[in-house]
Amino acid sequence: MSTKADTVAKKGYDVEEIRAQFPILKELVHGKPLVYFDNAATSQKPRRVIKAESAYYATINANVHRGVHTLSTKATEAQEAARETIRKHINAKHAHEVILTSGTTASINLAATSLGQLLLKKGDEVVISGMEHHSNIVPWQLACERYGAKLKVIPITDSGEWDLKQVPFSEKTRILAIGHVSNTLGTINPVKKLIAQAKKKGIVTVVDGAQATPHLKIDVQDLGCDLYAFSGHKAYGPTGTGVLYGREELLDRMPPWQGGGEMIDTVTFEKSTWAKLPFKFEAGTPHIAGIIGLGEAIRWMEDYDKSAMAKHEHVLLEHATKEMLTIDGLRIIGTASEKVGVISFVIDGVHHYDLGTLLDQQGIAVRTGHHCTQPLMERFGVSGTTRASFACFNTIAEVDALVAGVKKGVKMLR
Amino acid sequence: MTTIMSIAQAQQEVVDEFALFSDWQDRYEHLIELGKDLPLIAPEKKTEENIVRGCQARVWLNAEEKGGLVHFTADSDAMITKGIVALLVRVFNDRTPQEILSASTEFIDQIGLRAHLSPNRANGLSAMIDQMKRYALAFSANADQA
Repeated sequence: MSTKADTVAKKGYDVEEIRAQFPILKELVHGKPLVYFDNAATSQKPRRVIKAESAYYATINANVHRGVHTLSTKATEAQEAARETIRKHINAKHAHEVILTSGTTASINLAATSLGQLLLKKGDEVVISGMEHHSNIVPWQLACERYGAKLKVIPITDSGEWDLKQVPFSEKTRILAIGHVSNTLGTINPVKKLIAQAKKKGIVTVVDGAQATPHLKIDVQDLGCDLYAFSGHKAYGPTGTGVLYGREELLDRMPPWQGGGEMIDTVTFEKSTWAKLPFKFEAGTPHIAGIIGLGEAIRWMEDYDKSAMAKHEHVLLEHATKEMLTIDGLRIIGTASEKVGVISFVIDGVHHYDLGTLLDQQGIAVRTGHHCTQPLMERFGVSGTTRASFACFNTIAEVDALVAGVKKGVKMLR
Repeated sequence: MTTIMSIAQAQQEVVDEFALFSDWQDRYEHLIELGKDLPLIAPEKKTEENIVRGCQARVWLNAEEKGGLVHFTADSDAMITKGIVALLVRVFNDRTPQEILSASTEFIDQIGLRAHLSPNRANGLSAMIDQMKRYALAFSANADQA
């Protein structure tokens, strides 16, 4: 059977065909064509995803797993089909290892709350890295505070990589929680290697995959992690959707983190018992439309060949890196050898907020500030950066527009 | 005593001034220039308390009362932000607390800086105006007690 991915591989990467599927790319910003380089914050959505989400509301809207009526059955089937699509995409063993959440933040809060209760005691340690997003720092801080545990941090090298010689594992380490790809630096971290080390020590491993899922092939069994969290909206799916993958054996031992409908087996005022996986962790009505949209986003990425997209984004990154460095006083923060399409930079005498504002006036959307990684900003001695993050629909011409836009901005500000 | 423009007149002057610029680049260059005229806050007043919360760039704003009028000084580490503060200071400086409290701020909208007014955490214009009005309120309360 010939798939769309085969076709893509045969005829080469057609960025114009990809662009044609994103309605928003026809929008003007301040009268100029939108150049969207804030994909690490949230990606744009292809028409197929938008359609899938609205088709749910227009044709099969009903609550899942509850009614005997036809619509409820159809909605349930559509949601569970999406779960199966996600399972296959990340190569989980079972569909019930895929817990549907509202996003990476919810996934990590679930993990930290539940694992904290299961594992942490006074004096225990949780290891994270110095480049984590706040949502992979603060939930662990909360868990540590609750149980008297300590947070330990893997230091970051000047190029923006983990210093693997200084991983603070000890006999007290219970949990390792690390980002697969840095949202600020773009660094692709050697998660598999560190997970293997942690496993030997009996440490439970949690991966924040928010920035990896849109770009890398994710194979949770190959990575060997216990839990893997990601968002739908950064991977061409709807906002308000996310996943926490967990190994069945661990999920079975983890206590629920939110109570409510759907997550129970029986309820009496004396004691309730929990539903089986994954429902034990899915209290309340899920974002059904969004989950269906996420399933479609994943099928869309597979159809258009995620690895071809990643290659294209890498070409953009290399071009952007080369061109940006021609700008006087510009310094790239994050120069790891393995990166996704993220370029974060500071320019002498130019405030990132000013630059972001002037780029916006030219129709170019970038992110400015600390990118929810304040400790990492401190590590590099900057208050913030300007960050351009690429997606499958971006072009070399857009990168050139960015470079020209930055040059114009710098000229105005100096 | 020479006639002093009212806040409304000062705002209209700003609106007229910005109407001269047809494109964004001139408008922002003008704003950056205006920032250079901002009455700078004394270094020792650049304290935590004088930082305006809600701005992505750092903004310091101080107010003192001189002869019943509120006198502002400020600074920012970002130039566009500094320009915006300068505009506000130009309009609201050396007014009575009552004038400041009752003034509208629609002029910001009219000069094409709407994006800076949006109530998100990156754009602290509303926060700056609130802060100026809070100073005015504090001085007017003091005046009532006196």
